[in-house]
Amino acid sequence: MNSPHNVEEEIDALLEKIKSEITPQLFEEVSKKLKEAVKKRRLRLDQASKIVEEVVKNYYRSLVDPGEAVGTITAQSIGEPSTQMTLRVFHYAGVREYNVTLGLPRLIEIVDARRQPETPIMEIYLTDDVKHDLEKVKEIARQIESTYIENIAEEFGIDYTEGVAIVKLDREMLIDKGVTVEMVIEVLKEAGIGEVEISSEDPYEIKVYLSEEYLDPVKIEKLRAKILQTQVKGIRNIKKTIIQKRGNEYVIIAEGSNLEEVMKIPGVDWRKIYTNNIHEIERVLGIEAARAAIIREIKNTLDDQGLDVDIRHIMLLADMMTWTGHVRQVGRMGIAGEKPSVLARATFETTVQKLVESAITGEEDTLPSITENIIIGQVIPVGTGLVRVYMNPSFNKKGEENMPSGEKNE
Amino acid sequence: MNGKINILEHELVPKHEVVPPEEAVDLLKKLGIEPWQLPWMSADDPVVKAIGAKPGDIVRIIRKSPTAGVFVAYRYVVVEVTKKS
Repeated sequence: MNSPHNVEEEIDALLEKIKSEITPQLFEEVSKKLKEAVKKRRLRLDQASKIVEEVVKNYYRSLVDPGEAVGTITAQSIGEPSTQMTLRVFHYAGVREYNVTLGLPRLIEIVDARRQPETPIMEIYLTDDVKHDLEKVKEIARQIESTYIENIAEEFGIDYTEGVAIVKLDREMLIDKGVTVEMVIEVLKEAGIGEVEISSEDPYEIKVYLSEEYLDPVKIEKLRAKILQTQVKGIRNIKKTIIQKRGNEYVIIAEGSNLEEVMKIPGVDWRKIYTNNIHEIERVLGIEAARAAIIREIKNTLDDQGLDVDIRHIMLLADMMTWTGHVRQVGRMGIAGEKPSVLARATFETTVQKLVESAITGEEDTLPSITENIIIGQVIPVGTGLVRVYMNPSFNKKGEENMPSGEKNE
Repeated sequence: MNGKINILEHELVPKHEVVPPEEAVDLLKKLGIEPWQLPWMSADDPVVKAIGAKPGDIVRIIRKSPTAGVFVAYRYVVVEVTKKS
């Protein structure tokens, strides 16, 4: 009687009614599965209607109840598995050529919102036209990797009597890093420490005739460091690059991080470039990107350790960390330190200091939250404790309102 | 093919748009809150600059969410809030 085509239309009509109530993702899924069931299992319309009803019911049941202490649950759900993380920092599994902070130290680093991660790493994806060509990829990697004179010098010395600094370059390293002698001379000239010229005996030996001011024996040691740290090429802070094959494309992994500059390199896919330095992401891509990065980093750190924490907890944590428009840490200088209640802040770290500070400024505590209410032994404002009785003094005993109309209280 | 760098197209950046003032009033009424009770967003934020939002604006953020598919969030654009030391 019921042609399958007809049923499908009916189901669409049925689903249309609940569309505004459930999430788009859920809607898609229900719609797809119902239509499949109609085709394969000859689902009837009344059955479909029951299923839809059940879906909506279940959806509402799965929502967080008002007054649920989501923050506490998040804290416990992330805290408990973290205690089981192994403290392996310097062990790297398999053939990994680079060292990344993992596990608990990394997790602490993220929630503390450290300015600089211990091991900054960038993942540099490349545009379609170069990502399959190893030679071109190598070329880009060379452009990104920063090279200092100390990386390419075979010998370095300062002749105090004549006031000459001698840099002898390593031929093999020059080729490997793609640097020419001219480039080195150029940067040394720019450094402005004296006359630069190539030695007459050896084309790879560079002599720098130091100017008067640098000949002071006290300053000369500083000068040595200055010359060796002179950057010949590349991008600041990128110490090393590694080319990795992922699927059929090449990806550059860089030790060190400089999002802004690397994005500008031609051939780099700036839409996909990634760094594990969350502050840098905030600075270059904005707070929402930082939120996404926090979620991704925490999730990856926990997954690496084989811990299964629901993403919603991590999302809540990231939301709290980015609430003010800047990444702030979870600890005493951030979220916990900005609680409105004195007692709540004092319960966390540096109790005496917090109490003294608030005493000096004459702070008031209105006991708005959980911790302070536990301290004084009151019902905490969570769950059923959240409900308060409001009295409207303008109502008389019979429940009639005395107030003139138009001035109703809520 | 690489084109000019536009941070709004980066993978990590969700879609941002300024909510027009008329809509913003309705929105706040619906949520039953004052604007400052929304999460904040600094006026110095690169995305705020890119979409041309001003302090006092409400920005709608359409995120891809692993649990809800698409999630719409709002942020209130504020002048430099927490001076970082």
